Amino acid sequence: MPPKLCALCSKERAILRRPKTGQQICKDCFFYVFETEVHNTITEAKLFKPGDRVAIGASGGKDSTVLAYVMKTLNDRYKYGLELFLLSIDEGITGYRDDSLETVKRNQQQYNLPLKILSYHELYGWTMDRIVEKIGRKNNCTFCGVFRRQALDRGAASLNVDHIVTGHNADDIAETVLMNIMRGDIARLGRCTLICTQGEDTIRRSKPFKYAYEKEIVMYAYFKKLDYFSTECIYSPDAYRGHARMFLKDLEAARPSAIIDIIHSGEAFEVKEEVKQAAKAQRKTLFLSRPTALAKGILERCKRCGYISSNDLCKACVLLEGLERGMPNMSIKEKERSRLEVGYGPSDMRTIPKFELPPVLADAASPQPKGLREN
Amino acid sequence: MTPPTPPENTSSKTLNLKLEFGGGMELLFSNKRSHRVSIPAHVPAPPPPTASASPATDRPDTPRPSDVNYLIHWMKENILTERVELFMEGDTVRPGILVMINDVDWELEGEGEYVLKDGDEVVFISTLHGG
Ligand SMILES: [Zn+2]
Ligand SMILES: [Zn+2]
Repeated sequence: MPPKLCALCSKERAILRRPKTGQQICKDCFFYVFETEVHNTITEAKLFKPGDRVAIGASGGKDSTVLAYVMKTLNDRYKYGLELFLLSIDEGITGYRDDSLETVKRNQQQYNLPLKILSYHELYGWTMDRIVEKIGRKNNCTFCGVFRRQALDRGAASLNVDHIVTGHNADDIAETVLMNIMRGDIARLGRCTLICTQGEDTIRRSKPFKYAYEKEIVMYAYFKKLDYFSTECIYSPDAYRGHARMFLKDLEAARPSAIIDIIHSGEAFEVKEEVKQAAKAQRKTLFLSRPTALAKGILERCKRCGYISSNDLCKACVLLEGLERGMPNMSIKEKERSRLEVGYGPSDMRTIPKFELPPVLADAASPQPKGLREN
Repeated sequence: MTPPTPPENTSSKTLNLKLEFGGGMELLFSNKRSHRVSIPAHVPAPPPPTASASPATDRPDTPRPSDVNYLIHWMKENILTERVELFMEGDTVRPGILVMINDVDWELEGEGEYVLKDGDEVVFISTLHGG
């Protein structure tokens, strides 16, 4: 059987079948179409403007490693004019994150991008190893999720960026759509397919790989010989997500368009009126400058650490206080929140350093710098 | 047309293969990313239950040449060190594992029915591990 020729250039030997289109294409055409599709996703969604400072959430895994490589490639090729950074969170998981961070450090060298690593230990005084030692393996992902989100924002603020891109791919998003359907979480269902989100915190998060298939990301890393780390988090017990993932892989094996079809279903889901209202209210705050919104009381801050929070205490402060008081389970029950004393905890309790908005956001509404006022 | 070193019969010939693992697959194979193995050039009788009878095997004594489906079974029996359910589902690799034969997506090579040659390199990469 002679080798099949590339369906795009008709010259080189085809080396893979694209899951999206079924086309059999050669290596160079694959690199080109993969990169171009990400570029099209970025430009159609108008994710960036020249001069933007953008952090790439880098875990050392396949998705963020390929994302860093492709972002750098596209920024050079299409003159986006972005200043790119790698931002990594060290959760303090021995044998997992310490190894993956070594990968990120190599990526920093290979891609010549500045790297910022922020650890749970320096921010919260607790590593995930110690948290798991204390609370066991039942709710550890709740802690990790809340802590990581805030750590990313704080890392972004310290880099003075207001935009984080993450490596979430089409398979991840389809999986989240399925999970939200199975949980009946219609409000999240619409939101989880958005390419760019801005939650109650202030920093934008975007997913340039929204339409990139996991298979192609792995193939891209393989053919480019990119250096990535692949081991599952040793504390990750999310069996439900695991089942959703395998279900999705089975669907994809039977019909590769299933991934994109599910994303489109999520996008097209009719969102109820009250959900729309809530989203509209949220959007309003997005078009105000963040500090203006803060001043108007639309965005509230955690009374203890200053992080953006609609409650008196942000989730991380609630969880941290639970840990410090030795009552970690208290903290995940919403009702108990009100009992926590706001503003201070036990005198020897660790608290999170004060959160400051990145200057790029804060400049807009801070009083004019002195030098400018004297005219 | 006589081969340099004639084997006593075809079914005792072996194929030397290079197997590579990535994306966490190596954890199932002694945590080694690269293995050199020799497998029988023909599927030993009785064939594994998965071997679907093809027209060529009308006569039961016709040896079936080793293909990737047989390789996967051979790997399970000989070099897999843990958790078969993370490697196989039914008679083939679990969905989410990419297979490359000599750097070509196995979907272009007939998948499990690809007939192996001496010196082939087969790569197994899991896509299931976090990004
Ligand atoms: Zn081509
Ligand atoms: Zn707080």
